[in-house]
Amino acid sequence: MKYTPVIGLEVHIELYTKSKMFCSCSADYFGKEPNTHTCPVCLGLPGALPVPNKKAIEWCMAIGLALNCEISEFSKFDRKNYFYPDLPKGYQISQYDQPFCKKGQVTLSSGKKIRITRAHMEEDTAKLTHAKVDGKNVSLIDFNRSGIPLVEIVTEPDFENAKDVVEYLKLLQQTARYLGVSKADMEKGDMRLEPNISLKKEGSSGLPNYKVEVKNINSFRFVEKAINFELERQEKILEEGETPKQETRGWNESKQATISQRSKEEAHDYRYFPEPDIPPVRTGRDEIAEIKSTLPELPQERLKRFQTLYSLSSYDAEILAREKETADFFDQAAKDAKLHNVSPKQIANFIINKKPDIEKTLPAELIQSVISQKTSATISQSDLEELVKEILSENPDIVADYKKGKTNSIQVLIGKVMQKTKGQANASEVKTELENLLK
Amino acid sequence: MSKVTLDIDHVARLANIPLQSNEKSTFSKQLEETLIYVEKLEEVETKNTEPTSQVTNLENVTREDVASPSLTQEEALQNSKSTYNGFILTNAILEEQ
Amino acid sequence: MLNNLTIAQAKKLLDQKKLSSSELTKFYLDRIKKLEPKISAFVTITDKEALKQAEKADKLISQGAKKLLLGIPISIKDNFNTKGVQTTASSKVLEGYIPPYDATVVNLLKEEGAVIVGKTNMDAWAHGSSTETSDFGSTKNPWNIKRLPGGSSGGSTASVAADEVVISIGSETAGSIRQPAAWCGVVGLKPTYGRVSRYGVIAMGSSLDSPGPITKTVEESAFVLNILAGQDKFDATTSPKNVEDYTKNLNQKISDLKIGISKRYFDQCEKDVKDSVMQAIKVLEKLGAKIIEIDLFDPQYAIAVYTIIQRAEVSSNLARYDGIRYGNGRDKFGEEAKRRIMLGTYALSAGYYDQYYNKAQKVRTLIINDFKKAFSQVDVIIGPTSPSTALPLGASKGHPMFGEMADVLVEPSSIAGLPGINVPCGLSSENLPIGMQIIGPQFSESLILNVANQFEKNTDFHKASPNI
Repeated sequence: MKYTPVIGLEVHIELYTKSKMFCSCSADYFGKEPNTHTCPVCLGLPGALPVPNKKAIEWCMAIGLALNCEISEFSKFDRKNYFYPDLPKGYQISQYDQPFCKKGQVTLSSGKKIRITRAHMEEDTAKLTHAKVDGKNVSLIDFNRSGIPLVEIVTEPDFENAKDVVEYLKLLQQTARYLGVSKADMEKGDMRLEPNISLKKEGSSGLPNYKVEVKNINSFRFVEKAINFELERQEKILEEGETPKQETRGWNESKQATISQRSKEEAHDYRYFPEPDIPPVRTGRDEIAEIKSTLPELPQERLKRFQTLYSLSSYDAEILAREKETADFFDQAAKDAKLHNVSPKQIANFIINKKPDIEKTLPAELIQSVISQKTSATISQSDLEELVKEILSENPDIVADYKKGKTNSIQVLIGKVMQKTKGQANASEVKTELENLLK
Repeated sequence: MSKVTLDIDHVARLANIPLQSNEKSTFSKQLEETLIYVEKLEEVETKNTEPTSQVTNLENVTREDVASPSLTQEEALQNSKSTYNGFILTNAILEEQ
Repeated sequence: MLNNLTIAQAKKLLDQKKLSSSELTKFYLDRIKKLEPKISAFVTITDKEALKQAEKADKLISQGAKKLLLGIPISIKDNFNTKGVQTTASSKVLEGYIPPYDATVVNLLKEEGAVIVGKTNMDAWAHGSSTETSDFGSTKNPWNIKRLPGGSSGGSTASVAADEVVISIGSETAGSIRQPAAWCGVVGLKPTYGRVSRYGVIAMGSSLDSPGPITKTVEESAFVLNILAGQDKFDATTSPKNVEDYTKNLNQKISDLKIGISKRYFDQCEKDVKDSVMQAIKVLEKLGAKIIEIDLFDPQYAIAVYTIIQRAEVSSNLARYDGIRYGNGRDKFGEEAKRRIMLGTYALSAGYYDQYYNKAQKVRTLIINDFKKAFSQVDVIIGPTSPSTALPLGASKGHPMFGEMADVLVEPSSIAGLPGINVPCGLSSENLPIGMQIIGPQFSESLILNVANQFEKNTDFHKASPNI
């Protein structure tokens, strides 16, 4: 029997704000000494109260807008209640029935549409490390991460294969970077993925009566492996006429397998209720328009424009649009290049092949490099050497002048070589070659 | 009045409250008593009434994204019974099969 | 000479250098030492810190510093975080817990130079109206030590009634300032929700909690509210509304005042209580106020609403106590806390949210509207604060809703976030204090303080003090 994968995604992205979501502790926690970025609020001390970070809310909405979501006119924070040692208050401040963003959509390169259910704002938990201390299995808790702003983006179960999942994730990562709200680095935990995976009989409608959530996929490299492993595992169970257990599994890289996670956490009943410590958030059309106006051109739009405006191949356009900095640089250089009769394609080739350090190069400098490179690339070193020898033997007077000390006469020789190569050589290379042979 | 049924073990587990076996029947009885009392609310018509979760009518209260100094590690750990190398230590919470 | 000093009297002595703050503080610490075996108003007595603060105050006084509470000994309920001083909310879960920060209210009091002599006993986590649920033993009523002081701020009201301090700071979720103030015969002001910061106050019912002053006179409550009121950047639910000078209108005439009374608020009262409050209303009528009978929602519904909302919020607010970062494990919760946590958990759990929590929040809306309607007809509402006078020790035991019943008359206004003040208005045949409450619309503190002060000025009830 054949099966169709049914995959939905929950992706968490940590925002790179200066301060945490509900307190003013620095959010720059990565790699810092444990428990040095905490306060009564993010440690969940008695009596402490949360005050939401305005920038984080705006950035959450910016992500929502980039994913074509509607922004809720009225939304609020809710408490999600559960017990876990990484959750200092015994509840996570999140959003339940009125998230900031809902009903979005993205289109993959194949044209397939992925519906975005919602994008909401919440706070990160502390970081747990499992270790052995004095022969005992323990968990070590670092609250530096507790309260970092987190945007959760939930899709409908619209994915049917792991490749599309990877494309979507790359697009999310790219979008977050374009917006400048996060590096969305999976290895650092800036971006975390939890797919819900199940299989349905090919051609059947409706959703399967189970789903398996997979955690611990903390690298782009693992995404396809983990999803494909899980799909094969489930297919085997279904082939045997059974239904896979609804559960949470974790990807174990060393075993190359997903493994059932048994935690002591009570069955999920989060007892959501409106967070009484934070007044609701109302977002007017003007404010939405204002956030919209700050959005940069987004990755997919830019990719399209590079192809149409500059006649680039999709391959080239993809490479140039991947990072916003590169794309901005290319845009500027391609625009300036027109004045120098250099084509965008030449600029693109130069950036892709020579990989110049764009942080240290100005677009104008790059154009000069392209122009001078244009005059060198086509003649080989040995041909050039032959040519220079020829010119030297044809012009003994000038050589004599040079040797007498009239070093300026070398310019005449350069001109003659250039003339002979019909502009195919690079003037400075010619000069070097001449100097070598004149020694 | 509807009949109130309360699974005290389930509620205690959800609430993360350890109960002695002798407490269970007392609490069951008292909680059911309270639930029966609050059923009084069913007499009140609320079909066209919005719930109130905030009495202040405040909206959009936020803070600017500015970082300020945190507690020191010593202050953060001073009330914890068990610490290790700057971490707070607790019993292992995740078991893998 | 030092008997029942008000803030103004104490300040005068200090300003005129008739007494130093150190001497005043020692006087109160001695009195505490003498009375505590009988009353048990305190969980922690901070004598050393207090004497240090007093010394500092003396220095400042000698330099001519002017601060509103400079050198004045006060007590603070044990659910306010005090940096470096044990804060337990009278629960064994927090026994030994030393906060690394001060509550905003504590900060404000310290900035005005107050000398904190100790942290007062309360119902554990503020769950109750007796202080009997304190894990450190009940406080006794200074008027009769076989009686309860009320609660949850029972330690604070007892410490003021017994003159162990000049004033105290309490907190009210629904009745926790006004009801013990009534039972102990002192003034207790519960401000509008959002007027005074909750930051650093151990949360009970987050949508209800309101810190406020407990004093011997109305004027002092107004004076202390001037210090406490205002927006706090650490509490997103505090109001940006301008803070008035609450002492300014204390002596306004009340001849145009319309007072609403609701029969329902008298129905369930003991006869002495009913009679005293009716007498008190007559005093106000004589001052020119007009008495208008109004019909308010049956307070029994408010009990049900309050029970659900407060327990739901409690179940979540007490989830942080897991003994990992601080404090002791969840097995240390007392019976009352366990009951409330479990009921709240149940009311929020899957399948029950609409039936309980959501329903309660809807009825809450109706109660708010009911008050709005009432305040379109009258300026303030007056009634008894508590249906009874102080009940005997042990009265709360085994009653899962003792607090709600004792607070039946203060719960509706708390649910609506309204301000209210208790003023002593008589003594029962058993020589126990009786209190009346004045309730106003949101942010009408000036008005209710004005009415309370006019009553106090024309009566002598506030001058009565327990013989202890």
